[in-house]
Amino acid sequence: MPRLSTHTLDVGTRLAERTFEPTAVSLFLYNAAIWNAHRIHYDKAYTTEVERYPGIVVDGPLQGDWLSQVVTEWLGDQGELVEFEYSNRRAAYLGERLCSGGVVTTVDQAAGTATVELYIKNAEGTVISPGRAVVRLRA
Amino acid sequence: MSNRGNGRREGDGDQGDLITPEILSWIGRSDPPRRLEVTRRDIMKYAIATEQRLEKYRRGDEAPPMFLYDAHQSLTPIEALRPDGLWVDTLLPELPLTRVMAGGIRHKYYRPITAGDRLVVTRTLTDIYEKHGTSGPLIFVVYALKVEREDGEQRVLVMEETRRRIFR
Repeated sequence: MPRLSTHTLDVGTRLAERTFEPTAVSLFLYNAAIWNAHRIHYDKAYTTEVERYPGIVVDGPLQGDWLSQVVTEWLGDQGELVEFEYSNRRAAYLGERLCSGGVVTTVDQAAGTATVELYIKNAEGTVISPGRAVVRLRA
Repeated sequence: MSNRGNGRREGDGDQGDLITPEILSWIGRSDPPRRLEVTRRDIMKYAIATEQRLEKYRRGDEAPPMFLYDAHQSLTPIEALRPDGLWVDTLLPELPLTRVMAGGIRHKYYRPITAGDRLVVTRTLTDIYEKHGTSGPLIFVVYALKVEREDGEQRVLVMEETRRRIFR
């Protein structure tokens, strides 16, 4: 991997995309890890009949985690995450294929920092969870 | 910032009047500080569940950025969970809307979290406001969390979080 530096990093640089296809097992493990028993993530009858969602809901913070991974994998050991934010705009459901990615939008050479706009898109290409990260690259 | 008198925010367009002065009186309240011990095994479980690919996370050496999501929650007995399975949040007023959606998060990171860290999490309810979504009214509840690491007698700031929960 080429060395990351704010002196050579260009605005518009695209970070590698990654596809996620959450399963009942992966959602179970995630909700176990964060100790979350919200029934919309495993109880289909409750989710569709009581909360009126069309299917089992993919956790919003799990999508947030996938957004953070776009940045941490890009950085490797060449920098650090300083700020990170995301917003869950539209729900995603079990069985959907989701795609994470990002693009560098600002580079501050003096501060050694860069800003990355992030996204989770659904199969239609709609951004359902946008995000933003500020990173500091090692000198 | 919201208009504390009626829970409305400027520029939000069509809104209702679900937020009462009693609800607004919760703004500014805090939880008692909650202590957490970070274990390598918990980091590894989280890393597997979130499909992390970096070795430092998969080995449990360092916690991924979102590792502490909901870590401040009180561990509620099964019989005391809400009908929807969620834990009962004592830092939340009774709201006229009860179904919960994820909203979003903002983090500032100061130090990595590693196995063996002893953390102290403090949480404050900082805002409550109402918006009208395409499917009806929504209530947003905003929390600020501060995560510190105990370092002997000292505490050092590790992370700050702003978190929105949405009720529909």
